[in-house]
Amino acid sequence: MSRLLAVYRAKFRTELAIQLAYRGALAIWLIGIVLEPIVSLVVWTTVANGQGGAVGGFTAGEFAAYFTSLLIVNQLTFTWHFWFFEWRIREGFFSPLLLRPVHPIHNDVAENLTFKLLTGTIVVPVAIFLVVAFGATFQTQPWQIAAFVVALGLAMPLRFLAEWTLGAAAFWITRTGAINQAYSVVMLFLSGFLAPLALFPPAIQAVAAVLPFRWMVAFPVEVALGRLAPDQVLAGFAAQLAWIAGLVLVMRVVWAAGTRRYSAVGA
Amino acid sequence: MTAQPSIRVRGLRKTFEVPEREAGIRAATGSLFRRKTRSVVAVGGIDFDVEPGEIVGFLGPNGAGKTTTLKMLSGLLYPTAGEATVLGHVPWRRDHAYLGRMTLIMGQRNQLAWDIPVIDSFELNRAIYGVSREDYRARIDELVELLELGDLVRKPVRNLSLGERMKVEIAVSLLHRPDVLFLDEPTIGLDVTMQRRIRQFIADYNERTGSTTLLTSHYMADVEALCRRVLVIHHGALLYDGDLTGLVARFAPRKTIVLDLERGADPPTPDALTAIAGGPDRIVGSADGRVTLRVPRSDTAAVTTRALADLPVLDLVVEEPPIDEVIDLVFASGVVGVEPTSDGGRP
Repeated sequence: MSRLLAVYRAKFRTELAIQLAYRGALAIWLIGIVLEPIVSLVVWTTVANGQGGAVGGFTAGEFAAYFTSLLIVNQLTFTWHFWFFEWRIREGFFSPLLLRPVHPIHNDVAENLTFKLLTGTIVVPVAIFLVVAFGATFQTQPWQIAAFVVALGLAMPLRFLAEWTLGAAAFWITRTGAINQAYSVVMLFLSGFLAPLALFPPAIQAVAAVLPFRWMVAFPVEVALGRLAPDQVLAGFAAQLAWIAGLVLVMRVVWAAGTRRYSAVGA
Repeated sequence: MTAQPSIRVRGLRKTFEVPEREAGIRAATGSLFRRKTRSVVAVGGIDFDVEPGEIVGFLGPNGAGKTTTLKMLSGLLYPTAGEATVLGHVPWRRDHAYLGRMTLIMGQRNQLAWDIPVIDSFELNRAIYGVSREDYRARIDELVELLELGDLVRKPVRNLSLGERMKVEIAVSLLHRPDVLFLDEPTIGLDVTMQRRIRQFIADYNERTGSTTLLTSHYMADVEALCRRVLVIHHGALLYDGDLTGLVARFAPRKTIVLDLERGADPPTPDALTAIAGGPDRIVGSADGRVTLRVPRSDTAAVTTRALADLPVLDLVVEEPPIDEVIDLVFASGVVGVEPTSDGGRP
């Protein structure tokens, strides 16, 4: 365990150096990360104001709270490695990672966390600015703040595991771009990224409750807004934990089967 | 009690399923519905042992199955059939205990982070392999000295030349003091001086650590300098396993004798030469005071004696044929011991 921590520390240092080496790219990524929820925020607060102050039980101030929370939750949970699996596997770039006495997932977790820490220094101030500028209204109790931290702490490994395992499809399929795209579209709707799930028809809400997407993004956001009762929060934690346990199993099976098929092309 | 071999391979086999279709639009649309694949045998069931401390050369033309074998032994590839143990581990289970004791160095690939100074990659590997600070410092000093790395470690990898990159690649791969080294073309694309330096380093490392090394190379100089024993593989089958001199004796049964005659001496008549060489077909050339003969290994002494007695010899050289020629002969002759399989190829 202490060895793994040392690996994370060292990886964090090298990764920081690598990401800082490309400041331009970093800045452009940041603009994307921040802009997406701002667009939704502007659209929905405008709609709410046009509809006499509220849409589906959300006031303009609550929309502002929703999308600034979403900015933070998405920033901390999003992953990108699944887009690179295809290239890594097709070109043999997985080989050096497979030959190290550390599971390759740790490499990606460390890269992910480094990027989050680095971009967090910008995203958090931006979120605070948006809260003030758009007059975001939170009805959050102190216990809900603590619950939010837990929900977010569970959402991170949940989304990471789901997307990392999805990426491993590239062991079987050479072009996984289409699968990843399909996943991302479903994710966009059912994770509450586009709009709060409460605004969707009940049928879609029911589907969202049994799929993992809500538990990756929408649930922590809803907790942050103070919209969930204690029993709903506990049920949410249970759903998150169940999905994490299930995905750990699936990931292990997929990984073991996938690396058996790996042909280490090139190197 | 005899020591266990470091590497033990039995019936190791790897086939790849490769998609196959004719050229053209018709075949492309056809393949939408029916996918044809073909089984390609990369390694066709080979057996060998490598003892602790040995440096063994793995020879064969492109696509012979060398790299595929190294990938299986390092744990990157699962075999289709057969067994192998390296240091008592089954490589493709990729136990961390095994991965921490071996290294695979590929001349055409590198695992260093491109944008940061080499020393940062070294630090990362120190953590990954759990090397203590003390050992790390001592080993870095040693590697910097032996490989003449100097200031290279402070430069980003992308600013290094090919040869410099190879040196740091080797250094980073050896930081954890592996007991088994798989070297795939470690000197490819390097100039002669750099090749020699890396060769010398591999020999030193082996001597100091007693590590076991399996090495592939297209440069015979590497093999001659480092490997007493060679494995020759062709179309996935092992054609020869034995010492390098034995390989030469077996596949190049002739030696070349070059005689430089005294200046101004009359050139020998063809008849005289035939008598000395023991047959007209043994004369390769005779011009400008130099006579070249190619004679069976067993006749070398007799022919040399006759030449010295009958000709005004100024200088005499007896040569083995170049090892490249010998290897060509092995591949041309095809069968030795093991029956070659139908197809060879790397993935």
